[in-house]
Amino acid sequence: MSSLNIPIYLDYSATTPVDERVAKSMAECLTLQGNFGNPASRSHPFGWKAEEAVEEARRNVAEIIGAVPKEIVWTSGATESDNLAIKGAAEFNQKKGKHIITMKTEHKAVLDTCRQLERDGFEVSYMDPMENGLLDLEAFKKEIREDTTVVSIMHVNNEIGVIQDIAAIGAITREKGILFHVDAAQSPGKVAIDVDEMNVDLMSLCAHKVYGPKGIGALYVRRKPRVRLEAQIHGGGHERGMRSGTLATHQIVGMGEAFRIAREEMATETAHMRKLRDRLWDGVKDMEEIYLNGDLEQRIPGNLNISFNFVEGESLIMSLKDIAVSSGSACTSSSLEPSYVLRAIGRNDELAHSSIRFTMGRFTTEEEVDFTIGKVREAVQKLRELSPLWDMFKDGVDLDSVEWAHH
Amino acid sequence: MAYSDKVLDHYENPRNVGVLDKDDPNVGTGMVGAPACGDVMRLQIQVSEDGVVEDAKFKTYGCGSAIASSSLVTEMVKGKTLEEVAAIKNSEIVEELALPPVKIHCSVLAEDAIAAAIADIKAKREEQSAQKESA
Repeated sequence: MSSLNIPIYLDYSATTPVDERVAKSMAECLTLQGNFGNPASRSHPFGWKAEEAVEEARRNVAEIIGAVPKEIVWTSGATESDNLAIKGAAEFNQKKGKHIITMKTEHKAVLDTCRQLERDGFEVSYMDPMENGLLDLEAFKKEIREDTTVVSIMHVNNEIGVIQDIAAIGAITREKGILFHVDAAQSPGKVAIDVDEMNVDLMSLCAHKVYGPKGIGALYVRRKPRVRLEAQIHGGGHERGMRSGTLATHQIVGMGEAFRIAREEMATETAHMRKLRDRLWDGVKDMEEIYLNGDLEQRIPGNLNISFNFVEGESLIMSLKDIAVSSGSACTSSSLEPSYVLRAIGRNDELAHSSIRFTMGRFTTEEEVDFTIGKVREAVQKLRELSPLWDMFKDGVDLDSVEWAHH
Repeated sequence: MAYSDKVLDHYENPRNVGVLDKDDPNVGTGMVGAPACGDVMRLQIQVSEDGVVEDAKFKTYGCGSAIASSSLVTEMVKGKTLEEVAAIKNSEIVEELALPPVKIHCSVLAEDAIAAAIADIKAKREEQSAQKESA
């Protein structure tokens, strides 16, 4: 027990610690002795060396998704990439049409960007997922119109870890000549990505979910056939005019190194993740009235999202004070609404309020998982003893039939 | 989100968790909130013949602040008359627990629970005296 790092971090889907190897490579790009030059300085070795490092990183990012370096545009993160991709493509193609299709379970960076486009006169269809979190392909086909220009579907969902069938969606959009954007922030190192096989035209990536630093990401922009975007940030014309701003060598090198490691270690890491996840699930699955949110199979190996009925999420997290997790409970979001992702897959408000997301990562150990199992069982039991809803359930009352005194 | 020490204390050591017999003529039961909102409180008070709260028990489904608010309420009502209990304001709960603005609604719900429990015992007593009169 004494070797445990308290608190234990099980919120890898929120962010990851920077890998030591990555931090080292970044530190070499900062000071006077390091690679500090501006990569756009054409006239001296400081610039050339920085540019070389940037291009090596570009290769590493391209390789993990099956792209070529010229197709990678550096941004400040997946949020910016989402904005550039969706607004950029929608605006460029608006003479062809102004209809966009996305899903209700997308990240806010996509949803809010779509809302902005709606304010600018575009039309957006927000599709419902099926109960397992996946997009219904038949319903999707029916949603496509003559004036649809952009489709945006995330690869791996951050809350429930569900993996969308990107290749199947891409086959449909390619056939209809519609641009396909995929937010793949959570994917590298966990699921294989091949933009050609998947018929993806635009892909958002970021470093901080893959043991890289926060504040750097990339957008894959297909060249064959060429995808054109309206730039969202103007200035010196960097990144082929698509995203102006001096390139942050240390950030880029960090992302490149993180992605190189992710590519090389993916097989062993995913096997390790699966073992840990299964261990955690096996340790709690016999508990009464618990529900796994999202499909167990079509899911990244390190994610478990569980609703513990009759126990509220924030109080459960408070009880798990030595473990860092997150909840789909309203109290823990800054609005007072429960997780829109869990609501979209059909979970009622109570189960959305009672959910906990456990996401494991590179540095998670078996000991940490065992500790977590013990604490979860203990906490749920204690909170059920405090819960009037648990009493009513045990007494055989049908909670759906009760008339609650709302305030 | 950091919790105040008082909230943590009530959460780790909740006072008066449990159930009173809701069919007991001297017990007032108030259940407020809704699972869909993430907050349900059940407050029960045992009231003497001359209107003094002798015992109180609670159970709550809700966040740490909700649990602390209802636990605190069970402490606050013991030994008070129903009039004094009815006068308890949610602001007292907010102050005692140092609740941040986003958690004030938990104290409001606790105040509602008190009102509901008092209403219940009053209704029972009125019915009892009506029965006595008609007997």
